[in-house]
Amino acid sequence: MRLRCQINEREVRKEIEPDLLLIDFVRQLGLKSVKRGCDTANCGLCTVWVEEVPVLSCAMLAARVNGKKVTTLEGVLDKARVLGAFIADQGAEQCGYCSPGFMMMVLAMEKELAGQKEDPDEAWIKHYLSGNLCRCSGYQGQLRAVTAYLKYRKKEAQNETG
Amino acid sequence: MKQVNKGIRKIDAMALLTGQPLFTDDIAPENCLTIKLLRSPHAFAKIEEIDAGAAVEIEGIETVLTFKDTLGCRFTYAGQSFPEPSPYDRLILDSYVRYVGDPVAIVAGSDEKSVDRALKLIHVTYDILEPVLDIEKALDHESVIHPEDDYHVNFDIGSDVKRNLCCSGKFKSGDVEKAFAECDMIVEGDYHTKATNQAMMETFRAFSYLDHTGRLVIVSSTQVPFHVRRIAAKALGLPSSSVRVIKPRIGGGFGAKQTLVCELFPALVTLKTGKPAKIIYDRYDSFTGSNSRHEMKIRVKIGADNRGHILAIQLNTLSNTGAYGEHGPTTVGLSGHKTMSLYNKAKALKFDYQVVYTNTMAGGAFRGYGATQGTFALESAVNELADKLNMDPLALRMKNLVKPGDIMAGYHNETLNSCTLEACIEKGKKLIGWDETYPVKKISDTKVRSMGAAITMQGSGISNIDIASAQIRLQDDGFYTLMIGATDMGTGCDTILAQMAAQSLECDIQQIIVSSVDTDHSPYDTGSYASSTTYITGTAVVNACKKLKQMMREQAASIMEADPADTEFDGRSFSNRDKAISLDKLAQTLAVGDNKILSAESSHSSPISPPPFMAGFAEVEVDIETGSVKVIDYVGVVDCGTPINPNLAGIQAEGGIVQGIGMALYEDIAYTQKGKMKNNSFMQYKIPTRLDIDNIRVYFEPSFEPSGPFGAKSIGEVVINTPAPAIAHAVHNACGAYFRTLPITPEKILAKMQEYC
Repeated sequence: MRLRCQINEREVRKEIEPDLLLIDFVRQLGLKSVKRGCDTANCGLCTVWVEEVPVLSCAMLAARVNGKKVTTLEGVLDKARVLGAFIADQGAEQCGYCSPGFMMMVLAMEKELAGQKEDPDEAWIKHYLSGNLCRCSGYQGQLRAVTAYLKYRKKEAQNETG
Repeated sequence: MKQVNKGIRKIDAMALLTGQPLFTDDIAPENCLTIKLLRSPHAFAKIEEIDAGAAVEIEGIETVLTFKDTLGCRFTYAGQSFPEPSPYDRLILDSYVRYVGDPVAIVAGSDEKSVDRALKLIHVTYDILEPVLDIEKALDHESVIHPEDDYHVNFDIGSDVKRNLCCSGKFKSGDVEKAFAECDMIVEGDYHTKATNQAMMETFRAFSYLDHTGRLVIVSSTQVPFHVRRIAAKALGLPSSSVRVIKPRIGGGFGAKQTLVCELFPALVTLKTGKPAKIIYDRYDSFTGSNSRHEMKIRVKIGADNRGHILAIQLNTLSNTGAYGEHGPTTVGLSGHKTMSLYNKAKALKFDYQVVYTNTMAGGAFRGYGATQGTFALESAVNELADKLNMDPLALRMKNLVKPGDIMAGYHNETLNSCTLEACIEKGKKLIGWDETYPVKKISDTKVRSMGAAITMQGSGISNIDIASAQIRLQDDGFYTLMIGATDMGTGCDTILAQMAAQSLECDIQQIIVSSVDTDHSPYDTGSYASSTTYITGTAVVNACKKLKQMMREQAASIMEADPADTEFDGRSFSNRDKAISLDKLAQTLAVGDNKILSAESSHSSPISPPPFMAGFAEVEVDIETGSVKVIDYVGVVDCGTPINPNLAGIQAEGGIVQGIGMALYEDIAYTQKGKMKNNSFMQYKIPTRLDIDNIRVYFEPSFEPSGPFGAKSIGEVVINTPAPAIAHAVHNACGAYFRTLPITPEKILAKMQEYC
């Protein structure tokens, strides 16, 4: 079948098999940040955005993004560098295999927070990110990094408006 | 310029965090054949016939390989130095299948769909045999799991394979019967730790191709590239010189990748077809067709006088190595030697062990490597002993701890050079608020909070066996290339070794380029396992840098026409009172004409394996109506010598503690009565999520290990050992019952509470 969509702000037209999964579609396009960690939609490693909303690309057919906008970490590299620096300062990426999916989820959380919830507590953050597994870090360093990042972003926003 | 004991970013951090294509599957050539395995549905069977006729007819199928296509020469998948202690009980494909999931056929084709179709068309006739599924019934079972007559062991490991005995051994120090006779209080118990899965986020994967000279290149997510080279050559009947192994970034290993799991399947396909081939294990394959922590049943007997002096310790370990013996003979030893040695004042120690085969997935290496299992058993017994003696369990430990200067009878008679375990206990006790809550505090009608603790030790490399070499090259513009054979699997060893080089050469870390492992280019290293990298490879790096520094000094002095002894180096230039030459200038001068390109090498092995130590403290909340338990605070205080990078050491500790919490509360590989693994995905096999983890706090009490680089010992493994016994202790203090079998689930807690009340 013919698929037409926008990936990382580029128009993509491809002939695909109807049962092709979104994860395999984007990886075939060279977007290798998207990783597969399970086969049961449990680990969050394959998180991408469809129409700005985080989805598990291993649990979605590529056909479903027809006419839609898909974003992978490669499409938000500027933001990834800022957030990534906070994680790197904690050493909390460790093997880094789960990092891209985790980063997509944190950036999605940030967007959702904007104007909705000013200061999420740790429990709220943990709950939002609970679908993203990590076997190396023990999650604590990631939490420190995300908290520091949100604080930095808030200060930055205040500076802009002030 | 301080470079070690400094928390800098990992050198690969930003590339990983921006999702660069750095992992095995990201860099595999597009034209690789896709490989999948047909796996055995039976726990134990002999293959009578395989008909792959219809499968090879499928369009796109390149080849289907069965046991008839592999060599008959047995080997081990265990990534250990030659001669390996693990028995040679493997073939790439065998006519016997010994667990549900054992590979039966390799199917290679142009795409996944044809391969999936072909897999369904292979017809196998099995002679189904009675499987051995109970560890207690394995010895002398009527089914012999390895009936083959070419089974081989490299040296005496106390094996008797026709009895399903993979290995056995004994150790004793002092007269244990006499020492027990002097005890006022003796505690005896049977402790059971389960097989658990390493569950690193990147599953097993490898691809292979033939290079321009026809040599076989294997790119693999492995912790042991040099062992892969040697074992692959043997298994495939090639000279070692015909095999090259490359390790890209690795998505975690925790020991799982210290065993060959999937490398030989693409390698065999490439050799047969001449084409590049790739295998990616899905999570089901990774759970059911790899390796796990060895299940162990450990009988502990420990005795003390009524003032709390521990006089005798006896351990008896029965370990389940599953269908194959990888790491079976070596993990079991740690269950005794790396536990009893904490209580070095005991008059007598005794340790007996047996490792048996069963028709379950093979055991393997998993962070802690037997010490984790032994620590649960002995530390739980020490907590029970304190209870019986009516003593505070920390006070009991303080009376009996191993101390610097002690010769450790249970630990190969090594002398302990560095240890701050006492300070670790004191610090942890204060930080968790032991005196306020221990043993238990009621916080509502249905909930209690309670405390538990445990201590542990590990090693730093395998003494007299592990060897690492490092090469440091001065490049033509005054920067350095550090060549190492150690494998960074996410732990950050490329970074900490660069920190050591930068400290030794008094430069900024940006001046050190670290080249990760390619067996054609990297200097030999046994690999990243046994907590060896910081201590063993680190020392090789420091020594190589020292040599290079001296060589540079001599060359600089020669150019300056000065005496090397008077020539000083500050990292940027060489100088004496009158003259100076910058490093850039020196390097550029040496790179032209009749000069000398400088590089230095060093290899290092250690006669000792200095133990790092840790004290772990758990505060749990137990719901006495439902039995649910949550770790609300965990304090770990670690003595890893000098932490080379405290950030990375801290994350290692936090990650290890959480993995330990998983083992304590959730993780348990379970089989059906026919031997099929029940929990083969993250749906059924629960690892801790971030919702399960409240507060993990890690602190260091650094000692200085005189034999280590900058005083360092290891960190990677010791950190997983305390949660299971500390949490078991805390749950006991909440409800009064002892928990000697892991994991400690709400069902077990509730059942025990009902029994106890």
